[in-house]
Amino acid sequence: MKYESQGIAKLYFIAAIALFVGQILFGVTMGLQYVMGDFLFPEIPFNVARMVHTNLLIVWLLFGFMGSAYFLVPEEAERELYSPMLAKVMFWVFLTAGVLTILGYLLVPYARLAEITMNDLLPTMGREFLEQPTITKIGIVIVALAFIFNIGMTILSGRKTVINVVLLTGLVGLAVFFLFSFYNPDNLVLDKYFWWFVVHLWVEGVWELIMASLLAYVLIKVTGVDREVIEKWLYIIIAMALISGLVGTGHHFFWIGTPDYWQWLGSIFSALEPIPFFMMTLFAFNVVNKRRRDHPNKAAVLWALGTAVMAFLGAGVWGFLHTLAPVNFYTHGTQITAAHGHMAFYGAYVMVVLTMISYSMPLMRGQKAANVNAQKHEIRSFWIMTISMVFITLLLTGAGIMQVYLQRYAADPLPFMVVQDRLAHFYWAREVAGITFLYGLFLYIYSFFAKGEEVADVE
Amino acid sequence: MTTDTVFTEPKLLPGDLAIWFFIFMELLVFGIFFIAYAVMRVQNIEMFNQYQLTLNRELGAVNTLLLITSSYFVVRAVYAIKLNKVSLCVNWLYAALGGGLGFLILKSIEYSEKFSAGINLSTNTFYMFYLSLTMFHFLHVVLGMLILFAIVIKAKRGAYTEKNHTGVETGASYWHMVDLVWIILFPLVYIIR
Repeated sequence: MKYESQGIAKLYFIAAIALFVGQILFGVTMGLQYVMGDFLFPEIPFNVARMVHTNLLIVWLLFGFMGSAYFLVPEEAERELYSPMLAKVMFWVFLTAGVLTILGYLLVPYARLAEITMNDLLPTMGREFLEQPTITKIGIVIVALAFIFNIGMTILSGRKTVINVVLLTGLVGLAVFFLFSFYNPDNLVLDKYFWWFVVHLWVEGVWELIMASLLAYVLIKVTGVDREVIEKWLYIIIAMALISGLVGTGHHFFWIGTPDYWQWLGSIFSALEPIPFFMMTLFAFNVVNKRRRDHPNKAAVLWALGTAVMAFLGAGVWGFLHTLAPVNFYTHGTQITAAHGHMAFYGAYVMVVLTMISYSMPLMRGQKAANVNAQKHEIRSFWIMTISMVFITLLLTGAGIMQVYLQRYAADPLPFMVVQDRLAHFYWAREVAGITFLYGLFLYIYSFFAKGEEVADVE
Repeated sequence: MTTDTVFTEPKLLPGDLAIWFFIFMELLVFGIFFIAYAVMRVQNIEMFNQYQLTLNRELGAVNTLLLITSSYFVVRAVYAIKLNKVSLCVNWLYAALGGGLGFLILKSIEYSEKFSAGINLSTNTFYMFYLSLTMFHFLHVVLGMLILFAIVIKAKRGAYTEKNHTGVETGASYWHMVDLVWIILFPLVYIIR
């Protein structure tokens, strides 16, 4: 760790991992509710568990991104963070807001939560993934602005590299697109239309910039490959991500009441969305093969390569599977979407944050890399979580294909709930995979505490 | 102009390899777009033929000439920098930018005619393709011009020499791609019946 203020990232990463555990706990709870509908009812009904599962994911990834930025930016900019104090204050503000919001979901009925938080003044609640009370949303904006100010001032007065400029662009985009969550028109079509400006333009737009820059940073660090080479890749990847991803929003506009032309624009542009992910895979393997040193942090290298592969599979391949309008006509809103969602989020965003944590945490704890034993556990947890996620994805894909057939394609389509019953064995198997994932996550956390022989420094 | 002495062994791909990845992907996007257009045209030949006649072919032809000429100008700019004539290179790049600007102006006139006639993306499938294809290309002309302009600025700062001119070649390659796409797009959408 070259700059003291980079250490702030540790706070953010610890919170991120804690919330990650919460997310998975609610995930396995909900997975069980798929087959045992009244499990934990009425304390935690399915809709609440789902809201907590998805909201925790978003919040912990934001913690992860912020932590990553606080670690990366000072080093790239070659100066201390503009205001370490502000970063610490914002951490507590964000954590408090996040925890209170989740408790609100769990402890009071949603309608009551809307009342308490005076949603009536500026109604923004009640929409998937944007369920947060308006006041929380305002809190998120304040935290994001303070964060971007802090990061921005550090970059502007320090060294500007392609990596920190791309990262900053992504983070500014993240904040800007979130503003659409405050726009809540009465017209349901318009509502959904702009809702995707947050959801799609985050995960298939600006987050890709964040992901690519984090990956590029870790790869420079662990391989010692020339910055120039890596920056060129970064340019092409983000250009392609934006060209395909921006108009690619159209693949959500096929059936929501928007004009027909979206079926063409959405299909054509989103069909190209796998390309930037494919390039990331090529890029990561290429750079690791050309490495100039063997970094003692083997786990971080594995996470980086894993991110590239899993992001391509989850976001690229599983996205392409149902992105063309004629296919999507049958598959939209089925378990195919859930399959894609799980592997894409894990492969792209969870793994890139874990890559950053894996690389930076030992440095913040005064080591070059975690000890041999800890790395062994971390690598094992990598495989357990990743393989579990592959199984979750495959099982949900199987369930999705059956669902599409029985519910939408067959000559005598069956009702939704009847079909859900027939998918029970897929859901049971998915639950097993989910619990295995949770075990992998605990092993991952254990790896931070495992004692062992220090790594040999080969640099 | 006697230039043969400086041009030994041309590289397989001039400019930075990275731009060729980008060009390849851009061509892929346009390629898929063109195929989609062709498929829809086959299914709706009469409608496509009917509305194709409403397009302004004269402006389209002038625009084709403008882009091809502009492409020639960037070729001259690359020649100039290989002879270490920086200001000549800059002038040719300005000429190329002029060609691009002319294209944008004529295209805007064409669009305003169509828009004032009440045509939009939802009018019919032909206009949907016409507008989205040409507008997507329009944005590429804008991007190409930004790249050329960035090269002008760098060239003026003395960033390029006869030995080091990869940047100029890189921009030129992209500009040729923008031209090439138009050379396919123009007959496909405006002319072929």
